[in-house]
Amino acid sequence: MAAINRDDVAHLARLAHIEMSAEELDRMAGELAVIVDSVKSVSEAAGDDVPATSHPIPLTNVFREDVVGHTFTAEQSLSGAPDAYEGRFKVPAILDED
Amino acid sequence: MSVDATLSFEEAMEKYDPVLGFEVHVELNTKTKMFSSAPNVFGDEPNTNVNEVDLGMPGVLPVVNRTAIESSIKIGLALNCTIAETCRFARKNYFYPDTPKNFQTSQYDEPIAYDGYLDIELSDGTVFRVEIERAHMEEDAGKLTHMGGSAGRIQGADYSLVDYNRSGVPLVEIVTKPIQGAGSRAPELAKAYVAAVREIVKNLGVSDAKMERGNVRCDANVSLRPHGRERFGIRSETKNVNSLRAVEHAVRYEIQRHAAVLDSGEPVIQETRHWHEDTRSTTSGRAKSDADDYRYFPEPDLVPIVASREWVEELRATLPEPPADRRKRLQADWGYSDLEFRDVVNAGVMDEIEETIAAGAAATVARKWWMGEIVGRAKNADVDPGQLGVKPETIVELNKMVEAGKINNKMAAEVLDGVLAGEGTPAEIVEKRGLAVVSDDGPLLEAIDAALAAQPDVADKIRAGKLQAIGAIVGGVMKATRGQADAGRVKELILQRLGVEG
Repeated sequence: MAAINRDDVAHLARLAHIEMSAEELDRMAGELAVIVDSVKSVSEAAGDDVPATSHPIPLTNVFREDVVGHTFTAEQSLSGAPDAYEGRFKVPAILDED
Repeated sequence: MSVDATLSFEEAMEKYDPVLGFEVHVELNTKTKMFSSAPNVFGDEPNTNVNEVDLGMPGVLPVVNRTAIESSIKIGLALNCTIAETCRFARKNYFYPDTPKNFQTSQYDEPIAYDGYLDIELSDGTVFRVEIERAHMEEDAGKLTHMGGSAGRIQGADYSLVDYNRSGVPLVEIVTKPIQGAGSRAPELAKAYVAAVREIVKNLGVSDAKMERGNVRCDANVSLRPHGRERFGIRSETKNVNSLRAVEHAVRYEIQRHAAVLDSGEPVIQETRHWHEDTRSTTSGRAKSDADDYRYFPEPDLVPIVASREWVEELRATLPEPPADRRKRLQADWGYSDLEFRDVVNAGVMDEIEETIAAGAAATVARKWWMGEIVGRAKNADVDPGQLGVKPETIVELNKMVEAGKINNKMAAEVLDGVLAGEGTPAEIVEKRGLAVVSDDGPLLEAIDAALAAQPDVADKIRAGKLQAIGAIVGGVMKATRGQADAGRVKELILQRLGVEG
């Protein structure tokens, strides 16, 4: 049984700011369910003695020394901004969050 | 904006038991950001201390700042935490213009430090242990300025302007376990806890620790439960309470507000509250919602951090003396009583006294000057004593003059005022104002003879051996010399004049 349903997809779409039609939600719920099932099969292949991993390459502690490098000018920073004002990005006021 | 009902603090305490929790964000003072080589500098021209990583450009790769990791481990150690052998970064996903990547790089289930504690000393010497749940690393967000509408608040704003200079500044977030049993001392404990964290990170040298600049920021969680009940009440989280005084006031206010809500039979709403310094109250922010579903997952672009035990021990060996230990040592060195020392700490002049003693003053002299003269002047000027601008050398010089009999204590206080008014060095001011103790015996003897003649009965008493009566004659001499006489020398001369052995 699939661990993801249409409501879950609608919830995720909203969190991800993706607009989806009713048909898309139906279709995606079906597709994601297949993917979730597939991942479950892979999980079953690993025994309890295999720890979960987030990084496939056995690499740790990739660090940078604390030395100042390059920076942008305000013009460069704002060159791709849809709107700007006095050296800053101008965005719609969003009341939703703080 | 409607005003929330509150109970008096006393009534709230009679009926309910407060439980606190704090999230304190500490900005590290590394030269560069957490994941980019852009400078970590406060107050520059907007959007110039950034590069492609801080602006969240597609395809860029973050790289961890080694110094930031070391600072984080030091903070963990200073908070008596266990340092994780391995830990990871995670993405906290949300859409808001302060974060151009649409996620904040943070730590989720694997903080770098966990299970610590801090012993907090309250103003009367009571020690209260606050348990630390975790200290995790993350990055700061950009700064939003809301334009239009009312007074820079987001309510009614037309648009917002974003400066990403702060974006990516290394943060350590310190989270306490629920703090129970503080009772009516909860507001005081809140302030003392944040002060202790600030003191620790400043002492470690890992943060500039200036609250007014947002280097140390506090979110305060408050809930109430009836006395004797174990289950916690519903909490509110008051955001960005950014001065020590505000921490105390915000906790006190929320306790009073919660008590009124509970008294009315309503449930407390779990929500974010905004602190307003002007009205000393909070207003409702955002209720907890499914927008708080941050869908954390491990950051694929950053490999795990492994803190070998050798590395941790190396860092532990570099830790400075903890502030609490330092206080114990200083009190013993200076020979102050518990009460004297506590007064010094509460007045905020411990560092100043230490510097004054280092400059050559005796411990009693340093305390006399700071507590007796400078603290009061600072209070009148409404600044911290250390900000008044009194240099340790000034105190040493003033004291030398007093000890040498050049000026008396009253004059020394006057000279100090002159120094603070920018009139010059103590020696220059003594010269300019003609403030020298009259030590030439001639004028003194004249004044003594006059005083003795004016009070012949007192003179007789002294001749008869009642030496305590001498005060009346000394007083007369001081009056006649307008306070410029050396009282010790005056006493000697009076006794000589009357042929009495001192």
